[in-house]
Amino acid sequence: MEPILAPESIDLIALAPVIVLSFFAMMVLVVDLFGGRNKTLLVFISLVGLLMTAISAFAKNPIPAYSFNDSYIVDHLSLFFICIFTISSALAILLSVEYNEREGIRAGEYYALILFCTIGMILLASSTDMIMIFLGIEIVSISLYVLTGIRRDNHRSNEAALKYFLLGAFATGFLLYGMTMVYGSTGSTNLFKIAEVVQNPSAQSNPLLLMGLVLLIIGFGFKVASVPFHMWAPDVYQGAPTPITAFMAVGPKAAAFAAFFRVFAETFPEMAPSWEILLSTIAVLSMFFGNLGAIMQTNIKRMLAFSSISHAGYILIAVIAKNSLGGSSLLFYMLAYAFTIFGLFGIIIILGRKGEENLEIENYSGLAYRHPILALSMTVFLLSLGGLPPFAGFIAKFYIFSAAIQQGLITLVIFAVLNSVISFYYYLKVVVFMYMKEPEAEFQISLTPLTLFVVFIGVFVTINMGIFPGSIIALASH
Amino acid sequence: MFLTLITFLPLIGALFLVFMPKESVAAIKQTALAVAVADFLLSIFLWTNFDNTSHKMQFELNVPWIEAWGINFHVGLDGISLLLYVMTTFLTMICVIASWDVKIHVREYMIAMLTLSTGMLGVFIALDLFMFYVFWEFQLIPMYIIIGVWGGPRRVYASIKFFLFTAVGSLLMLVAILWIYLHIQETTGVATADILYITEHLSAPLGTQKWLWMAFFLAFAIKVPMFPFHTWLPDAHVEAPTAGSVILAGVLLKMGTYGFLRFNLPFFPQASYEFVPMIAWLSIIGIIYGALVSMVQVDLKKLVAYSSVSHLGFVMLGIFALNPYGIQGALIQNINHGISTGALFLLVGIIYDRRHTRLISEFGGLAKIMPKYAICFMIVALSSIGLPGMNGFVGEFLILLGVFQVNGLWAACATSGVILAACYILWMFQRVMFLEVKNPKNMNLKDMNVREMFTVVPLIILIFWIGLYPKPFMDTFDASVTHLVSKVNPDNFRPKQEHHDNDHNDKQNEKHGEHARLITPTEMASLNHTLQMPALIKE
Repeated sequence: MEPILAPESIDLIALAPVIVLSFFAMMVLVVDLFGGRNKTLLVFISLVGLLMTAISAFAKNPIPAYSFNDSYIVDHLSLFFICIFTISSALAILLSVEYNEREGIRAGEYYALILFCTIGMILLASSTDMIMIFLGIEIVSISLYVLTGIRRDNHRSNEAALKYFLLGAFATGFLLYGMTMVYGSTGSTNLFKIAEVVQNPSAQSNPLLLMGLVLLIIGFGFKVASVPFHMWAPDVYQGAPTPITAFMAVGPKAAAFAAFFRVFAETFPEMAPSWEILLSTIAVLSMFFGNLGAIMQTNIKRMLAFSSISHAGYILIAVIAKNSLGGSSLLFYMLAYAFTIFGLFGIIIILGRKGEENLEIENYSGLAYRHPILALSMTVFLLSLGGLPPFAGFIAKFYIFSAAIQQGLITLVIFAVLNSVISFYYYLKVVVFMYMKEPEAEFQISLTPLTLFVVFIGVFVTINMGIFPGSIIALASH
Repeated sequence: MFLTLITFLPLIGALFLVFMPKESVAAIKQTALAVAVADFLLSIFLWTNFDNTSHKMQFELNVPWIEAWGINFHVGLDGISLLLYVMTTFLTMICVIASWDVKIHVREYMIAMLTLSTGMLGVFIALDLFMFYVFWEFQLIPMYIIIGVWGGPRRVYASIKFFLFTAVGSLLMLVAILWIYLHIQETTGVATADILYITEHLSAPLGTQKWLWMAFFLAFAIKVPMFPFHTWLPDAHVEAPTAGSVILAGVLLKMGTYGFLRFNLPFFPQASYEFVPMIAWLSIIGIIYGALVSMVQVDLKKLVAYSSVSHLGFVMLGIFALNPYGIQGALIQNINHGISTGALFLLVGIIYDRRHTRLISEFGGLAKIMPKYAICFMIVALSSIGLPGMNGFVGEFLILLGVFQVNGLWAACATSGVILAACYILWMFQRVMFLEVKNPKNMNLKDMNVREMFTVVPLIILIFWIGLYPKPFMDTFDASVTHLVSKVNPDNFRPKQEHHDNDHNDKQNEKHGEHARLITPTEMASLNHTLQMPALIKE
């Protein structure tokens, strides 16, 4: 019997980031066993692990390199995404340290789970095979289910985890079903082979394949929280520990978009006429539902959950554009989004109190007159999310819109810019509370150094990427 | 480099203020004032070094900004932007003085003011579409904060309305900008957003031009604001603090008219020509509607705000007369409106500081109690009406002259706006200044103090200066306007009723001559230059 994998196709160097990170993740688990109550060492190991992962990702040269029978790829997209993942995981861990102390989350697995989740994300962004994509999604999802419910004594957290798990499993079913249909109609799970098959016009009109695509869209749509598969997002975002909320909004979402992009924009571009309209509808709906839903919210985490739904809509435009500009705009957007979101959630953590309290928007009344720097930072983040120059969010939107207009998707862009206006309304609402209302009660906040550090990194990068985006754009548009 | 420095000087000043302790209020105000004065004086240097004879960009700086996209940091001034630029620094200075009595969060106020100044200056010098857009949006934030934090009772509503209205228009403009950027890249192979390059090379079919034109139009029309898009203005003006209103009327609205001159006309000359009737009628409706609504206002500030709608209608009408007189008139009227309406807002602010009300019915007979105030108010009010010898006359006259060449009916309709302006201004003046002093609260009002004189008197000087000897101002944009008109409206575009088959050029000259004879000798001097205009175009 022939071996499934020829030995020469096993390329461990290409897989280096996954291997390195797995090693460190397991080390975290083992050290936790002997480390007692002090988790500082775990944090240190995790951060070093992430750093090593990022470095090892560049070990493979030249790129693009294909290995494991073309099911794993090291290319520009995956490298950039690995950087985004490691950065966002590192920021999430930094945010967690003081938060966990305050909230009494003592589990050492917490850090290991974040690392495992990161492994899943790396696989997701690097795989060019349906099976690998599925595995990546599962690794990410299962880690997230646990992380969401890690505050065992908090019923909101439990509810969120259970909801996320049930709906997530359901969506995974759709995804898998879609994959089998695509496999059934094209005879392969490998994206390159599928792409070859669908060159043929007769294959394109195969109803089984079309059905498979629809199911894939449902599956991915759930993972990126786009309308109408978004119902889990507000509850889960609110129930999860705040650093995990931030993490969820950035890392796993970026990973899902990477896979989304690989499958739809790179594998099925010929079939665009059949999926474009569906994705466009989803994008427009996401933007409208997300933004209109956010207007109603009084809890900042829920508001940001809705806002992230609308951002999924914007990012989908990059997938729909399916050109190289779309790919690089996706990279830029996710990077800008990562720093903005982590900075923003850093402030939310600082202002929060034990037991996830003080998260109503009205709790921020008059913040500008007690802690002007924090209020200013928050304003920067919110305006960046809204897409106002001179912040990173503006360049990111500009990038995505230009990709779409290059592809002639003007209507979609007009919908998107109108949505930006709607989003200004609720982002400014927070600014109104911070600047234009008198403080109701004294702010009892502890300016914890690590969290503040993340906030300042966020502000710095958000402004820097807004005013001097040149170098990042050059990297993204390789 | 010099231009960049002047533009960013206020921002640097603002950053400096961030590090000052917020308790030392006096030092903060003095620093802000020093920065504003320095900026104004430096911008005067720009004017004195400006070459009036050239329509080209001057004080240019062009350095790469986002190389991957071919986007440059490209700045420069020409005749169209120079005066607006100087007026911005000037009004910033006036506003810092006028804000001396701000009670709360003085440091933050001055920071916002100076940041706003940089944002506005940036809009006028940007020669790259991308950069223009960045500044255009950027100045929203400080203005939003100024209205929202230091404004009146309904400030939150007004500030969000201001922000969202502007954002709607400008985001659609962003789509158009992107389209142009990609189109230029496709047709010429150069990835650039350079305004001058685009002006030269943009070629799109008329249908597309119209769509793009509409996108830009919406952004600028909301900003101006033109008739159906004006509803944010009264709210913003009424709720904004005095200095905010002055800046809003003086500079922010001008960014809209500037946008038409910098983008709509040169980018889409054909589309602009096609849309002339629409703009004209909207402007005329704006002129008359603004005036009529002004007349029935009970709140002084709201009255001035609606009068802005009316005045800006004149400016728009002048621009879209698409001839030298009209555009020159529009440009000078831009400045006039900034001065007159700015001064009106300052004066209303002065009385509001004393009485904390702006209702006309609360006042009456102030001329007896506050004679200095009454004199200043009289001068400013008359200039706003457009009395000969004052600045408003020069602008309105030129605009009407320009419009008359295009369409007599439009000119006639617009003229009624001048009459209505006299009605609402003089009636308001009568109710506030004359009659008996009925309200006992007004008995002990103090007259203007020295600081307040310092804010208003420079504006009054300018009112007379432009009114009596506008040449130094008019000279700055002569060349640019000629160039613009020759590009946008070459002779074949001339409206039909102007054509007298054979020697229509001579005929026209004659016509101009007739008009010129109607004006005062002083006006004549200033207009001498413009009389050459059609000949210049011919060349």
